[in-house]
Amino acid sequence: MTNVIETRGLVKRYGDLTAVDHVDITVPQGTFFGLLGPNGAGKTTTLEMIEGIRQPDEGEALIFGEKVWPRNRALLPRMGVQLQASAFFERLTVEEQLRCFAELYAVPLTRIEEMIDLVGLQEKRKVRTEDLSGGQKQRLSIACSLIHDPEIVFLDEPTAALDPQARRNLWDVLRAINEQGRTVVLTTHYMDEAEILCDQIAIIDRGQILTTDTPRNLITGLGAAYRILLTEGALSEEEAQRLPGVDSASLENGTLALSTHEPSPVLTALAERDALQGLQVTSATLEDVFLTLTGREYRA
Amino acid sequence: MNGFTALARAQWKGFWRDKQNWFWLMAFPLMFLVLFGFLFRDAGSSKNTLTQVGSVAIIDQLPPEAKTQFDNLFEVTKTTDAAAALAEVRKGDVDAAVEQRGNEVIVHYSQADQVAAATVRGTLGAFVDGANVAISGKPPTFTLTATAVEDDSLKPIQFIAPGLLGWAVAMGATFNAAMPFVTWRTNKLLRRIRLTPVRTEALVASRLLVSVAVALVQMVVFLAVGVGLFDLKLSGSWWMAIPLLLCATLAFMAIGLIAGAISKTAEAASGIVNVIILPMAFLSGSFIPLDQAPSWLQTISKFLPLGQLNEGLLDTMVRGEGPSSALLPMAVLLGFAVVFGLIAARLFRWED
Repeated sequence: MTNVIETRGLVKRYGDLTAVDHVDITVPQGTFFGLLGPNGAGKTTTLEMIEGIRQPDEGEALIFGEKVWPRNRALLPRMGVQLQASAFFERLTVEEQLRCFAELYAVPLTRIEEMIDLVGLQEKRKVRTEDLSGGQKQRLSIACSLIHDPEIVFLDEPTAALDPQARRNLWDVLRAINEQGRTVVLTTHYMDEAEILCDQIAIIDRGQILTTDTPRNLITGLGAAYRILLTEGALSEEEAQRLPGVDSASLENGTLALSTHEPSPVLTALAERDALQGLQVTSATLEDVFLTLTGREYRA
Repeated sequence: MNGFTALARAQWKGFWRDKQNWFWLMAFPLMFLVLFGFLFRDAGSSKNTLTQVGSVAIIDQLPPEAKTQFDNLFEVTKTTDAAAALAEVRKGDVDAAVEQRGNEVIVHYSQADQVAAATVRGTLGAFVDGANVAISGKPPTFTLTATAVEDDSLKPIQFIAPGLLGWAVAMGATFNAAMPFVTWRTNKLLRRIRLTPVRTEALVASRLLVSVAVALVQMVVFLAVGVGLFDLKLSGSWWMAIPLLLCATLAFMAIGLIAGAISKTAEAASGIVNVIILPMAFLSGSFIPLDQAPSWLQTISKFLPLGQLNEGLLDTMVRGEGPSSALLPMAVLLGFAVVFGLIAARLFRWED
């Protein structure tokens, strides 16, 4: 796979603060790439330098092998950028906003309908953007960034400040975008979002990339134990401890908790004993990964 | 080209959908036009009011042509109640009361309105003198004919309309440049536009097109109200107002861009624009004609873009001067546009 995005030693300083500290990122074509980190980690600044709207103090960012800074008008039609704030023309309707962006990118006006369908704003086409809800504005802003059918899509905290239902709806839209073969780069401070959506996650903290990998590898790479939870009485504590692969077992508030590094033999043994009442299996999460990498609790 | 029309259309729609623009850039200046228009409607031909107490032979027995002249100058009400007539003068309801006792004509006036008092005294005195001469039977040796230098059509509306139009256009162009760029910088639309392949020139040009179109709409509305409601008479080369307004829009847009560049918020930009435009409107004769103003004020107005615009509008629209009279103001306005435009370009920021 070819890399469509590549950064080399990106640095951005604000006074004494190094907001972005030698960031190297490569994003293969078609990847759903997540830049995950707490607020103030340097996600947005990094993204803006990749998009070519902020000048790096050091290093450079390349898209399709071309430099993004200074403003590279040849690259702009190939990338779609959704901004953190919902930036629209005042007092225009959903349709009119899309039409304006369609014309700015010189694409056929039939794209307007496709975009309205994609983000599900059919009912709101005649509504002025000022009267849209937060989630609808986010969806419109994504529609505006996709109108010209870009090969790469940048999304900066697209689900921030959305209610849970709106978040889930937006995730569906984002998955669809990626499944159409586009490379998607997303910043988020939501662990669950990154874990659910992304193929590749770069964890960033204090301006530095701590690690980059698939969500799965990041989590299993920790070597953390799985927790298997059962209803009390399904099995006695002693019996549980003797099962193959179980490291420890304990009774906590009416729940039998088993800890293991090899869940398969444990689950098989439990099934043989018909002791699967109330079964729950949890693995380590990206929160645990962050804790391990930084020694700090993750606080979005 | 696509980008240019898209941006122009979006801004045009956005402009007219904002009720605030309708008020501040159309209704508000028009209110002044209507107000001043009615206030000064009869200023050119105002008659003095006079109450005649009892019979006053010198007025009643005027020969016909003198009577016509008299009626042109005075609006006479007759009464027999001397006390009530004096009370009216005291209150200022009429300019003077006149009565005759024998051969003595007595004029009662109030010192509160000295101009009216002097006019009435002087005019009535002239009629008394005329009567004396007539009785003597000799033809008068000298006669005095007074005519105003202004053409009949030069009523106050002729000065008011171009000045107020200049002010409205200056305000419109400046606000129209300052506000969007501050708002768009704050809500990141400017950044969003920068991420499309559109040229920066197309962005500025689309803003200019919208501002010029708005200025022309203002002009049409102003002239329609002026001609329709107040009998405004346009002189031959009034159409030169169009290129004048174009040059003025450029100059004021540049001023607006500077105001927009140095302001962090839309409120601040609006304040700066008001601080620039309102005093300039006064100093440039938008509200009060400068013809009677002190000469230093007339000099200052020549160095102000709005002063140049007003002068050009007056020359071409009402003073009846040829089209070429607009060329100097246009050149000066373009000069302002270049200087302010360069400053604006230096100060321009895509982001905060």
